[in-house]
Amino acid sequence: MLRTLFKWVVVPLLIVALGAVIVVYSVNNPTDSLVARSLTYSNVFKALNEHLMLMFVSMGGAIVVGISIGIMLSRPKLYYLGRGVENIVNVGQTIPSLAILALFFTILGLGFRVAVFALFLYSILPILRNTFAGITSVDDSIIESAKGMGMSPFRILKKIELPIAYPIIIAGIRTAVVINVGAAVLATFIGGGGFGDLIVTGLSVRRDMVIFTGASIAALTAILFDYIIGQVENKLVKW
Amino acid sequence: MIKLENVTKKFPGMKIPAVKDLNLEVKEGDVCVLVGPSGCGKTTTMKMINRIHEPTSGTIYIQGENALKMNPIKLRLDIGYVIQEIGLFPHMTIEENVATVPNEKKWPKDKTTKKVEDVLTLVGLDPKIYSNRYPVELSGGQRQRVGVARAMVSDPPIMLMDEPFGAVDPITRARLQNEFLRIQERMGKTIVFVTHDIDEAIKMGDTIAVMREGQLIQHATPGDLLSSPADEFVASLVGRNRSIKRLHLIRIREILDEVGRAKPATEDMSIDDIKQRIEESNIRSIMVVDRNNKLTGVIGINDLKKKTGKVATDYMEDIAESVTSDATLNDALSVMLECGEGYVAIVNEDDQYEGTITLGDLLNVVKEDS
Repeated sequence: MLRTLFKWVVVPLLIVALGAVIVVYSVNNPTDSLVARSLTYSNVFKALNEHLMLMFVSMGGAIVVGISIGIMLSRPKLYYLGRGVENIVNVGQTIPSLAILALFFTILGLGFRVAVFALFLYSILPILRNTFAGITSVDDSIIESAKGMGMSPFRILKKIELPIAYPIIIAGIRTAVVINVGAAVLATFIGGGGFGDLIVTGLSVRRDMVIFTGASIAALTAILFDYIIGQVENKLVKW
Repeated sequence: MIKLENVTKKFPGMKIPAVKDLNLEVKEGDVCVLVGPSGCGKTTTMKMINRIHEPTSGTIYIQGENALKMNPIKLRLDIGYVIQEIGLFPHMTIEENVATVPNEKKWPKDKTTKKVEDVLTLVGLDPKIYSNRYPVELSGGQRQRVGVARAMVSDPPIMLMDEPFGAVDPITRARLQNEFLRIQERMGKTIVFVTHDIDEAIKMGDTIAVMREGQLIQHATPGDLLSSPADEFVASLVGRNRSIKRLHLIRIREILDEVGRAKPATEDMSIDDIKQRIEESNIRSIMVVDRNNKLTGVIGINDLKKKTGKVATDYMEDIAESVTSDATLNDALSVMLECGEGYVAIVNEDDQYEGTITLGDLLNVVKEDS
């Protein structure tokens, strides 16, 4: 009981508290007026808000689309496409996130929505790949015995394939989230906002404190989500 | 009843059909064993019965109804199915695994729970201990039991079993086979059983269907198969040492009254009494039982030379293996060979002593028979 409390409440709170301490300290102890002007509570919260919005919207879409396509490709009728798509996904993953953002900037222009769209596309990849891999890695004998006992393909998907694949799918989501939080920092270059704004401001006014604050909260956000999803992952594997 | 009529199966891209023009009838309550070398089409034949594979041509009747015209999902719900790899669902507990078909059939919860408990008990797994475990926590033999339990839980009149005891060690396999035969005696299901092991076929089958290259070569009772194989192939499959194979056909209880009722010694008997008893029954080792007739050990005649007075327990040795009376003579023989002894103790399910069989007894049976 105490352990669960520790894992699910205390550790996440500690990470949040650490972020809060960093923000409060740097806002209240500016080294000069330049820092004081760039590091205000409203600036930091605006960045946090934008960053989380970027992340939630793009991740939400990526999870829905990634898992759906992953499932579709694992069906016998589309399975032949699956391997090909997997290869494309692997290649897509090697494109740097900044390049993706830049690419969409040239096509769609500036702004929050463009940044969300680019992050969404980039985050689909690991989720799609893991969903496909997770479902197709379910042992044939398991599927055959389920079929032989009279389960319909839909029931097999729902009761057997997806539950067995959950840990792998969640691991894909976890990878996507960490990449997403990191890549969202770059959204500032196409006017998407987020912690990137703080970092870029800090760079342009050459004040390490501003850079440090922006970078450390971005890192803590990534660590926090990675931790929470990791816990969910552990909980799902009962066997 | 299962009836296959002119069934042919050709897989796409293959030149030769996997099963060719096969006719086979399995009577109600019979165990029909399909046997043959790998690639002979025995598994394909079995899997056409529940339409995991659809036959290319021909008809399959189940209880008089054309199975190819039935809804495959419904058809499969009423056919128990055990495959070689068992295919237990790793993310479900044993209870959930066994409850698969009841859940698909939407049975009420309490009925399912009760039936799952019953069937687990039937295959020798205590529901209190195993219900909430996951398949990875079980041994190979226990998983096979769960597989069989899962297939039997909804009491299907027909069962299909593809080498269900394939992946366990010989002693566990013999035990599972015997237990299964005991259950089958009570249940009387119509079973199609696939194996490549002719010994298993002879032991388990009411009839044996020998297949080769997709064709049925001979369908006969085990006795007939041994005494009059249809051709060279069948003869070579059953092998030269047919008299040894006959040991598979005879159960220990059938000969126990004739040969094996040597009286046991009790734990508190004196050595002199034991010596006398050994001489009376002309044996070299005597089993020792406790007050409840439960087998506790064995004393060899050599250990007792020049000894007097003391009680049996002082010279008693442990018994490594014993067999039940519904095991076959072949099981008894393999236990003897395994333990390097010329005898084996026969016990009932509660480990109570029933008799002793010696190597000599087996020789006599084989001699009489041939």
